[in-house]
Amino acid sequence: MPNFEYAPAPESRELAKLQPSYQMFVDGRFVDGGGAPIKTMNPATEEVLAEVATASSDDVDHAVRAARRAYERVWGRMPGAERGKYLFRIARLIQERSRELAVLESLDNGKPIKESRDTDIPTAAAHFFHHAGWADKLDYAGYGPDPRPVGVAAQVIPWNFPLLMLAWKIAPALACGNTVVLKPAETTPLTALVFADICRQAELPPGVVNILPGAGDIGATLTAHPDIDKVAFTGSTEVGKEITRTLAGTGKKLTLELGGKAANIVFDDAPLDQAVEGIVNGIFFNQGHVCCAGSRLLVQESVAEELLAKLHTRVAALRVGDPLDKNTDVGAINSREQLNKIVELSNSGDAEGAQRWTSPCPLPDRGLFFAPTVFSDVQQSMRIAKEEIFGPVLSVLTFRTPDEAIAKANNTPYGLSAGVWTEKGSRILWAAQRLRAGVVWANTFNRFDPTAPFGGYRESGFGREGGRAGLEAYLDV
Amino acid sequence: MALTSTTTEASDRTALPADLSEAVRDDGALRRFLHGLPGVDQVGLEQRSAGLATRSIKKDSKLWAIDTAISMVDLTTLEGADTPGKIRSLAAKAKQPDSDYPDVPRVAALCVYPDLVEIAVDLVRGTGIGVASVATAFPSGRSSREVKLADTRLAVEAGATEIDMVIDRGAFLSGRYGQVFEEIQAIKQACGSAHLKVILETGELATYDNVRRASWLALLAGGDFIKTSTGKVSPAATLPVTQLMLQAVRDWHGRTGEYRGVKPAGGIRTTKDGIRHLVAVNEIAGPEWLTPELFRFGASSLLTDLLMQRRAQRNGHYSGPDYVTVD
Repeated sequence: MPNFEYAPAPESRELAKLQPSYQMFVDGRFVDGGGAPIKTMNPATEEVLAEVATASSDDVDHAVRAARRAYERVWGRMPGAERGKYLFRIARLIQERSRELAVLESLDNGKPIKESRDTDIPTAAAHFFHHAGWADKLDYAGYGPDPRPVGVAAQVIPWNFPLLMLAWKIAPALACGNTVVLKPAETTPLTALVFADICRQAELPPGVVNILPGAGDIGATLTAHPDIDKVAFTGSTEVGKEITRTLAGTGKKLTLELGGKAANIVFDDAPLDQAVEGIVNGIFFNQGHVCCAGSRLLVQESVAEELLAKLHTRVAALRVGDPLDKNTDVGAINSREQLNKIVELSNSGDAEGAQRWTSPCPLPDRGLFFAPTVFSDVQQSMRIAKEEIFGPVLSVLTFRTPDEAIAKANNTPYGLSAGVWTEKGSRILWAAQRLRAGVVWANTFNRFDPTAPFGGYRESGFGREGGRAGLEAYLDV
Repeated sequence: MALTSTTTEASDRTALPADLSEAVRDDGALRRFLHGLPGVDQVGLEQRSAGLATRSIKKDSKLWAIDTAISMVDLTTLEGADTPGKIRSLAAKAKQPDSDYPDVPRVAALCVYPDLVEIAVDLVRGTGIGVASVATAFPSGRSSREVKLADTRLAVEAGATEIDMVIDRGAFLSGRYGQVFEEIQAIKQACGSAHLKVILETGELATYDNVRRASWLALLAGGDFIKTSTGKVSPAATLPVTQLMLQAVRDWHGRTGEYRGVKPAGGIRTTKDGIRHLVAVNEIAGPEWLTPELFRFGASSLLTDLLMQRRAQRNGHYSGPDYVTVD
């Protein structure tokens, strides 16, 4: 058999302009933090990339006070049209520095360069553009005349889409006139700090955006700080519950984007080859580190065998490897801890009797990688069907009737997203009405747009981000 | 109406699996089978094609791809103005595509009109290069069955080793699938040992669903290759259409164990476009299809660009079109 070897096409590391150390960003200045510096590593090689300053509780206090000053003296009273100008400027700077940001994101997170380049960074810029447009039109957003900002927002974001989650949080907050203190994830702080530099480049008034790297304890200190008005958190359900407990009774506004175990339902009349593409995109995009990943595939029994065969062929063609190589489809797992969790949960699949299929693709000799894995014969009661794995592991279940599909899809404590694959328009509407999920994709999966609100039900959190609905979290309405 | 009676003996292939032989039992069964195939989602299909086009092929992998593509070319001239002289120069180029580089592989076949087959056969005798001919009232297919069969026999008797037939798009679009099926079978029988490539003229089929149905129809009727276009209709070969056909032969192999080929034709002019098609072959059907036995390019100007790019890879600089022959 002939062998078609693609040429390696690594993006240059130099573009990332990696510094040996990074400082925190408080009140418009880069400063040393009171916490012990952390080392952030490249998950594809396990090499240290840079040393990053972290915040102490004093730093949190300083940052919140800076944000409060900026809110009261400048940003909160600035006309929307003026705020919009800053946001447009930030959006353009993200575009201008997109290659730098994309390479840095792939180095720090492990995601393939084609995803950071084609999805993360352009969508982050799009969020700033979208919200820049809202800044002077809030009177017309449907929340009554002259809606007011909330004040100072504490924002904590995860490691799976570091810059994109930052954009989802900061863009609407600033558009509505709030100031922010944001804590990026411990393992992926770098693009947030380059974003801080972009804020400086855009001459954003000091204190409007503050970035405090640190671990979970700093997140907890920040969200519990008495002088903040609003908390926005994206991350694990467990931490979300803790924050909810801390904030109960304080009157502070809270939105949570938590975990998910999304169902991707394939009916027997679906466009099967494109469904396979959607399934692959649903679970192997960003190594499955996606809260709305389609991690539970529900296939109608009559096409299950055919679909599974097509799926195996397709998944075997995915190229796993160096995130900076433009040919790479699946990159590195972000941390050793996460890799261990994926290994542990998939072992439970074996133990509980599911059939494991692993892609025969070669894996790099070093770094944190997990070969794309598909479990079939999965039952609703197994851990791999119930718990969020947050990795490139798909669980395949089958159903006989549409009602059974909906019942199984909804039989989860989560409710972030769902997918429906059928050629029948009426069935799409029928299913979408019954699925308890914040987003239902039809004949596609994992599509994001700043105009479309995103958010979940039950243990997937509450509140919406993006679109007109997303403004509500940052307005006093 | 029994659809398979005429050619069951003529085929040297193994019998179809039960579900597929049931599908060709009569007109109604054939329609039910073709309309029961999974639909094609346009957005998803085109998105995947866009993804296939981003693979990085350069240096060694590009040289390999260029040589592989050259070996897959059906060097084609289908002009009313074709002369024996044109065929002679084409044959010379087919045998030795670039005289400065004797290591350039030969092309797969010469593709000409039936009346020029004899000349082409003489010119490539003993070289291993095939002679393909477009028969069946090419390119419109609008004539009687007798004329199409006579056209085919003319080409086969003159020594063509491959026949490129066009399907009756009018019959297909009217839903007369049985008629199209029988015609392909009859032509296949008239081909004898020559290989049959079935041209679907996808630009006239209007929808991707139709392309998938026509692909399966041609495979069921015994076509050795499914081919996109005549080159006379735009759009001709596109990456999404090639992708669909590759899915069809892959799925056919899955159900029958047989290998059938795909030939995009028309509109593929650049090395870059050719290589994108090879990436599709590699990732959609699989590496087994990366051979002239199972994948061809119907092209004339593609070869020229492949040779120019080959020289650029070898010499490290680009010399321009005057350093390779026009035909």
